[in-house]
Amino acid sequence: MSTTTTDTDRGVAERAMGIGLRGLNWLAGSDLLDRIRIRKGVERALFQGTKQGFRTATAAGRTFAAAQKLGKPARQPRSQSKGLFDITPDDEQGMFQEAGRAFAADQVRPAAKAADDERTTPPEILAQATELGVAMLGVPAELGGVMEEGAATTAALIGEALAHGDMGIAYAALAPGAVATAIGLWGSAEQEATYLPSFTGEDVPAAALAILEPRPLFNPMRLETKATRDGEGWVLDGAKSLIARASDCELFVVAAYAEGIGPTLFIVESGTKGLSIEDEPAMGLRPAATGRLIIEGVRLPATSILGEGERSDYLECVSRARIAWASLSVGTSQAVLDYVIPYVNDRQAFGEPVSNRQGVAFAISDIGIETGGMRLATYRAAARADQGVEFARQAAIARRLAAVKGMKIGSDGVQLLGGHGFVKEHPVERWYRDLRSAGVMEGALLV
Amino acid sequence: MINLEIPKKFKPLAQQANQVATEVFRPISRKYDEAEHAYPKELDMLASLIDGMNEGSDMGGAGAAGVRRSANGSDPGENRNGSNLSTVLGIIELCWGDVGLLLSMPRQGLGNSAIASVATEEQLATYGGKWAAMAITEPEAGSDSAAIRTTAELDGDEYVLNGEKIFVTSGDRADLIVVWATLDRSKGRAAIKSFIVERDNPGLKLDRLEHKLGIRASDTANFTLQDCRVPNEALLGDPEVKEKGFAGVMETFDNTRPLVAAMAVGVTRAALEETRRQLASAGVEVDYDTPALSQSAAAARFLEMEADYEASWLLTLQAAWMADNSKPNSLQASMAKAKAGRTCVDVTLGCVELCGAIGLGETELLEKWARDSKILDIFEGTQQIQLLIVARQLLGKNSSELR
Repeated sequence: MSTTTTDTDRGVAERAMGIGLRGLNWLAGSDLLDRIRIRKGVERALFQGTKQGFRTATAAGRTFAAAQKLGKPARQPRSQSKGLFDITPDDEQGMFQEAGRAFAADQVRPAAKAADDERTTPPEILAQATELGVAMLGVPAELGGVMEEGAATTAALIGEALAHGDMGIAYAALAPGAVATAIGLWGSAEQEATYLPSFTGEDVPAAALAILEPRPLFNPMRLETKATRDGEGWVLDGAKSLIARASDCELFVVAAYAEGIGPTLFIVESGTKGLSIEDEPAMGLRPAATGRLIIEGVRLPATSILGEGERSDYLECVSRARIAWASLSVGTSQAVLDYVIPYVNDRQAFGEPVSNRQGVAFAISDIGIETGGMRLATYRAAARADQGVEFARQAAIARRLAAVKGMKIGSDGVQLLGGHGFVKEHPVERWYRDLRSAGVMEGALLV
Repeated sequence: MINLEIPKKFKPLAQQANQVATEVFRPISRKYDEAEHAYPKELDMLASLIDGMNEGSDMGGAGAAGVRRSANGSDPGENRNGSNLSTVLGIIELCWGDVGLLLSMPRQGLGNSAIASVATEEQLATYGGKWAAMAITEPEAGSDSAAIRTTAELDGDEYVLNGEKIFVTSGDRADLIVVWATLDRSKGRAAIKSFIVERDNPGLKLDRLEHKLGIRASDTANFTLQDCRVPNEALLGDPEVKEKGFAGVMETFDNTRPLVAAMAVGVTRAALEETRRQLASAGVEVDYDTPALSQSAAAARFLEMEADYEASWLLTLQAAWMADNSKPNSLQASMAKAKAGRTCVDVTLGCVELCGAIGLGETELLEKWARDSKILDIFEGTQQIQLLIVARQLLGKNSSELR
């Protein structure tokens, strides 16, 4: 797959030719890339979601029905590493990364402040993210997905790219893809046939992978959302926190402690009796319009368990979510670095730029070093997931770096701007709030 | 394709190095920590073995094979895993065994690295196969290597060196000392050159050997150079006084910083592995699925340290990989050294704390690693110097703007 020309001006479509990579071709065929480069100014509709009451019903969802069912579940094959250490994305990964960066710079960043203020992500941004393919990265090719093999690394690169624009918008845009990825990784043939086609079209449903619960020291291994046996089926009770676009969600994958089994993922369609949504505004991730899913006596059939309900599936799900959040932390941390560098170089104090002082300069160095380490740790975890080798340790490490270093970077970003960092004229206070959030979230996103 | 695992082709090398570390270094680690200044004679045989490893161009052995960025015939766009990466991987394993002993390895000195990196073919023929130490630091010039006062005056076809050098690693045992000296103090850094001095040169006088906090297996020598005469050909690199000359000297450090980062990574891993065992014996196992804060404080602390270790390891491999692929890596080399150096100190000290009396006591090596680690955040550029280099690059500043 070596490229023989160094011409960087080749068009997207031209680059895709002859390489035979499904995702690359698909992305190249989309006219989104050209459009977002041309359309610089976004006519951002001042979309204000209907003000939610204290508690509302879940969205009236579409009817999910199996179209054509495969004999056995389709799975994305593992990626085949050449066995060489390599930090460069391959052509396909690079294309998605490039597209994500362009989208983040041209569309996401300019929309970020208003989205944060209004707690909503403009629908056209969500639509463009869908065009970028973010909802179907985890959909196997047989079911209309665009990736030929495991897409965890690609998802991490896109998460990083979008979060460089804005983490809250990234969360809103990427959340439905987590459900598709979960079903694509662990769902039965029936579940895949029923739900995945919705994620490969233009009208992708809002959907949520709901694991986090509202309590201190939340531990996804000890869920308080319970699934008790009810004849052949199950009854679920509990609450799930900080769900992106909760009141729009048409589909949930909910983690519950299943009687006699342990933590298990259930597919729950919106509109199911016993589900309701409470608004749950938070410190960060505000463009995602976070809400709480209340689950009261929700009766589900036996077939609602995702796939075989294997414990290993659940553990993998938790780890993949941590990698996804780490990738968002990397993107936002890089945003901090890119923003504070020109600021401290321009800002004068005591007759010279503040960056001439080691106290300031060393803080910049540390942001660069820790962002670099966090990025590599995240990539490593994601690449291992794609290769089908154990990655729980690497995911836990990426998460610790995201929680600890990411927060320090968020804090230093504000600190380096002093009082100016504390006011909303600059984005660093938003990144401070988002970087705290990324280290706390569980589930919700997947690579 | 992104893949941050040890390359398949270097796994045998890493395993070999680990075997050496396990079977040669570890058993004598405590012995030479106690017998400071005694030469670890066990290393002689090993050194020959490593010379053999260095022969293969892609197998870097213990580090002194040099880090020449040789242009090779392969496609420039093609991903390359070469001697920088293999060297770093070898060093990590050997320093997991004992960093002081690695530094004492015959013919594996920093001077060897400098010679291998910049020497002419003639110089390689003359000085190849010998053990070379590096003498930069002076009593009045440490991190500020442009401020060195040792002078070199041209006298006919010889240079005459005068000055004082301290902290010369393996200075007593090496065959050669690469001495940094200035041709003209008024010309600043442009006039600084390095000279190869034979250890038995009568003008090179050993003043004393240092007693140290750690890496006690490695001798650290102080010298006086008194009318020390060396032939013209002993000057490494370009004899002209020009600004780029010093940059050339400093470039050596771009290549050696990842090697020192690798030493730190190796020591860090040693401490973590032993601590994991000790904690397990106390009933504490780190669970990677459960959030850190829902585990015991000891497990959470361990995970924190492991995360810093992983970041150091990856930054170090990144810097080496970039060198293998002819990408400028000065920034990443300093990032790796800064991160690995401070992580090594934090982790080895944290491990002693977690293991309590077992950590402090001399029956285990934890306390030794906690002493060895400190130098790794100091030599080849202190933490603060690395942060300066990183900051200057990120901020686009020169050394007069950001001092």
